[in-house]
Amino acid sequence: MKLPTPPLPKALRPSPKRPGQGRNGKNGRNGPPSPEPGVKDHVVEGTATAVGWLDERTGATPFLRGFLYRKVPKGTNWFYTLGSATLFAFLSQAITGVFLAMYYEPDATRAYESAAHITNDVFLGEFVRGMHKWGSSVMIILIFLHMGRTFFFGAYKYPRELNWVIGVVLLVLTLMMGLTGYLLPFDQRSFWATVVAVNINASGPIVGPYLADFLRAGAEFGPTTISRFYAMHMLLIPGLIVALIGAHIYLVTKLGTTAPPWLKAEKKDLVTEEIP
Amino acid sequence: MADPPKFDKKSRYTEGRGIAGAYEGETVTRRRLMEGGVQLAGGVAVAAIALPALGFALGPLLEEQEPERWQDVGPEGDFNDETYVPKVISIVPEVGDAGKTTIYVRKDNPQKDKRVKDQDAPPPYVAISTRCAHLGCPVRYIQASKKFVCPCHGGVYGFEGQVEGGPPVRPLDRFYTRVTNGRVEVGKRFSLNSELRRFPHPRDPSNHLDGLWQYLYPGRPTT
Repeated sequence: MKLPTPPLPKALRPSPKRPGQGRNGKNGRNGPPSPEPGVKDHVVEGTATAVGWLDERTGATPFLRGFLYRKVPKGTNWFYTLGSATLFAFLSQAITGVFLAMYYEPDATRAYESAAHITNDVFLGEFVRGMHKWGSSVMIILIFLHMGRTFFFGAYKYPRELNWVIGVVLLVLTLMMGLTGYLLPFDQRSFWATVVAVNINASGPIVGPYLADFLRAGAEFGPTTISRFYAMHMLLIPGLIVALIGAHIYLVTKLGTTAPPWLKAEKKDLVTEEIP
Repeated sequence: MADPPKFDKKSRYTEGRGIAGAYEGETVTRRRLMEGGVQLAGGVAVAAIALPALGFALGPLLEEQEPERWQDVGPEGDFNDETYVPKVISIVPEVGDAGKTTIYVRKDNPQKDKRVKDQDAPPPYVAISTRCAHLGCPVRYIQASKKFVCPCHGGVYGFEGQVEGGPPVRPLDRFYTRVTNGRVEVGKRFSLNSELRRFPHPRDPSNHLDGLWQYLYPGRPTT
């Protein structure tokens, strides 16, 4: 008497043939047998599986499709890339800033030496500091060009007024980044420029003197002034900027972009009402 | 057959509005009470963190920061009433060189000098701050013209620190002076308006102190 063979556990069973594989050739028709799956097939299938796993659990595809493949109006041109350019300038500032923070010491007696150390001694320090320094000017120029594009194309009009307001707040925050970052090298130029800038703040009636006190942490440039500027420069203002960039991009995606003003709407798109 | 109960949508009582499970005399639904309670609890929790943090950041606005400190700037023989002698004092000792500043010191000339108002007795020495009253750049004294000149925006001050040209809004600040054992000592800063009236709480550069302006730029707890 022969006992039946116990079934193999699922994991050990040979997997069924992939479609198009086997004796009958492609698509089950007669023909030459397709080759065994190679490394490339495994890579493709593995990636697809991983992406599918993520997508099934996050539902990212509809979001990404709407975000990346949204329709843009006719006439969209290179001027429409200025906002993204500003965003990338900000990202570049964020990345170089994080790495500069690894070497920089926000202390009135050490700041200048540590900044000089970055420039003179650290491997590629001069390059990264230069990227951050020149990148700040690039970002300011780009944000103004972006603002000019929005203004001259009339893209601030209904229903996009709120996005204009958010953009103006972002502009002010970017200028505040410039102001607070200027002190950090702590050389003669940055020190006196900041003295003057804080005193300009102090010239506002009633609130001005208190604002200046807040910036300096007191009536004079003291031991905590530079750490205060440092904290604002790398935590407070960037946090606000990131949050507002999120809102800005959300609204752009939701409301869409505008066609350039020189493009007339096509006749069939116009809402017309025939007078009887 | 009994009539179905009649509900009044505007009733004060939840029972009257026909809400299921209402207690007699109840006016606020339990859902609404829960909402309010959760929002209140959240508000209290946020305030418990945010208010101390805000106070921590704003704390320096309420502290007096410059302690009464007298600094020796040299023997009486170093100074005369014809010209200023530059001396370096420390305004904020904790930050090293960044906390030092130059001041100009001379002997008081009772015949020629205008009197500073509100001062108990004329000080034996005049100590003038180099902080420009426009935006705080360091001014320099030029003996040939007997004037103080600012490098940034061209402010010009006369021999007693009064404004003679350019954008500054008030005369140069001064420091209190005294003589101890034959040595001149310099104390706290004070500000003046164009009539040489003394303001014991020094103001920031750019703050007008004449007429109504003095009320727009109040003295702060920090000074």
